[in-house]
Amino acid sequence: MAKTLFDKIWDKHVVKQIKGGPSVLYIDKHFIHEVTSPQAFTGLNKRGKKVFRPAQVVATADHNVPTLNQHLPIKEELSRLQVDALKKNCSEHGIELYGLGHPFQGIVHVIGPELGFTQPGMTIVCGDSHTSTHGAFGSIAFGIGTSEVEMALATQCVLQTKPKLMRITIEGELNKGVVSKDIILYIISKISASGATGYFVEYAGSAIRSLSMEARMTVCNMSIEMGARGGLIAPDEKTFEYVNGRLFAPKHEQWEKKVEEWTALYSDADATFDKEININAADIEPMITYGTNPGMGVSVNGNIPSLEQVEENEKNSFKKSLDYMGLQPGSKIKGKEVDYVFIGSCTNSRIEDLRMVASFVKGKRKAENVEVWVVPGSKQVERQAIEEGIDKVFEAAGFQLRQPGCSACLGMNEDKIPAGKYCISTSNRNFEGRQGPNARTFLASPLTAALAAITGTVGDVREFINEY
Amino acid sequence: MSKNITIVRSTCVPIQIENVDTDQIIPARFLKSTTREGFGKNLFRDWRYYDNDESKPKKEFALNNPTYSGSILVAAKNFGCGSSREHAAWAIKDYGFDVVVSSFFADIFKSNALNNFLLPVRVSEEFLQEIFSAVQLDPSTEVEVNLEEETIRLGASGEKVHFDINPYKKECLLNGYDDIDYLLSIMNEIEQFEYNTR
Repeated sequence: MAKTLFDKIWDKHVVKQIKGGPSVLYIDKHFIHEVTSPQAFTGLNKRGKKVFRPAQVVATADHNVPTLNQHLPIKEELSRLQVDALKKNCSEHGIELYGLGHPFQGIVHVIGPELGFTQPGMTIVCGDSHTSTHGAFGSIAFGIGTSEVEMALATQCVLQTKPKLMRITIEGELNKGVVSKDIILYIISKISASGATGYFVEYAGSAIRSLSMEARMTVCNMSIEMGARGGLIAPDEKTFEYVNGRLFAPKHEQWEKKVEEWTALYSDADATFDKEININAADIEPMITYGTNPGMGVSVNGNIPSLEQVEENEKNSFKKSLDYMGLQPGSKIKGKEVDYVFIGSCTNSRIEDLRMVASFVKGKRKAENVEVWVVPGSKQVERQAIEEGIDKVFEAAGFQLRQPGCSACLGMNEDKIPAGKYCISTSNRNFEGRQGPNARTFLASPLTAALAAITGTVGDVREFINEY
Repeated sequence: MSKNITIVRSTCVPIQIENVDTDQIIPARFLKSTTREGFGKNLFRDWRYYDNDESKPKKEFALNNPTYSGSILVAAKNFGCGSSREHAAWAIKDYGFDVVVSSFFADIFKSNALNNFLLPVRVSEEFLQEIFSAVQLDPSTEVEVNLEEETIRLGASGEKVHFDINPYKKECLLNGYDDIDYLLSIMNEIEQFEYNTR
């Protein structure tokens, strides 16, 4: 029988099907971080249980770590306590921790692929909704709550009901200035912040295949922002090439064997999906959000919808959202001034993102009134950026290159956008207060963010470049 | 925290806002605890207070409006979207809610709620609007949720409307079982699976 990519991986990991209930799904890799794991360890300790397969668990500290002076003790007491608790829990349960100060430390969804933990065909969980990032390798990867973190620690399994499947196919060539972040913002703006709830999404088509691995991660990363449990892309030569040689990737004969297995990971030609969406790559323009959920996005040249364009029972939420943002229905978003630029997060903090920004800003200087923070996704990305001289480009432009962590994506550490200020951000969520109480967020690609850093306003990057 | 749920009959607290994300339910800056308790006081923190100041409540927000009380939270569609933080479910439960009614729940929130004996009840958009209107007209209107029967009814004389719940999860909620106990009880099967697929 014809199978989808998702089915092929799922079926191999079902330990047991509970009658009338969820499946017991075996988990190959479990990533943990300091914020959503402490209560899981407490639960485990209360039950008198040890972590069942510590070698399949990988830990890092990312959510609330400072991005300046990481060599000093964490000033904020509660953050320090969480980071310390992670250290203690990992050491008690024999889990490898890439904590603060470790040369591999970084955002959990950046270091997983970077170290070769993330591989095609795997099941991967983490107490973080952006776990969908790892789906870029052709794996089933999804975010879980803390009770499920405890389950996975105790038994290396979680209980999951098989989701419905959606395929989003994007064919054709991308316009210049359009990058993977624009693709996913475009998709979410079309199907809404809840349009894929209940589904797992496979991204397919020539425009997806043309993307680099890092760009594919950006697309899969934001699957959750349309409600999907996760997103995945069939692995191909690019995937294998990316994984090959990484620290924890299979080696020698093991590698040959794995590649043979991975080559079979694709949706069969006659496999069926519960829902199919087709998109023409040429329709996608550089995107920006104007509201307080990631579905509220338009082309940078577009207008914010007018009240008449909004469904009757959605008008209240729409008005509330625009009030919060201080924007007028029906107005243009281009030319809107910004106060902060944040380049970072598990969506866009990899070396290619930093290179993209650097190549655009090289020789330019940031706008006077704008503060620019660039937060690399990991220590390895940071080192690479310095090796390539990207740090010098940023310094000359007046950008601050900080140290790795989740930073202003969710403002759990000191990196908060002040109340009322506008931040153009390469992160994944524009929710009210996400980047700090009353902060206002425009989500955009690294290129569009780089342009705003230089001009101080939202603009169309295509007017300034001839490539990309 | 009460474990098993059977029948909840209560007045409601209505939040007629769509796409309520977990950053609103419990902002990230309150996730720094290492225990599961005490999140209720920060539930909807930034919608409840001006300038993060408990002496400056936003009077128009439902949680601060003395007209509304009860153990049933009613919210517009796509409730609980965004971050996977289970703290959102902990905060709602800790505040004193046992049931959340909406026309649509985000997936991760729904499983987090169920794992914490907080019952998410999905109703049709029309029925949800009926509840909002009824509660607005008369805040003493009660809603009754019967898990055993899988029904919800508006007012004492309202028609019982069916809601769906996974039979396995229903058993857990009715009996106070938890998924981890279940998984721990099948460790031999998990080890056998590992052996077979090695």
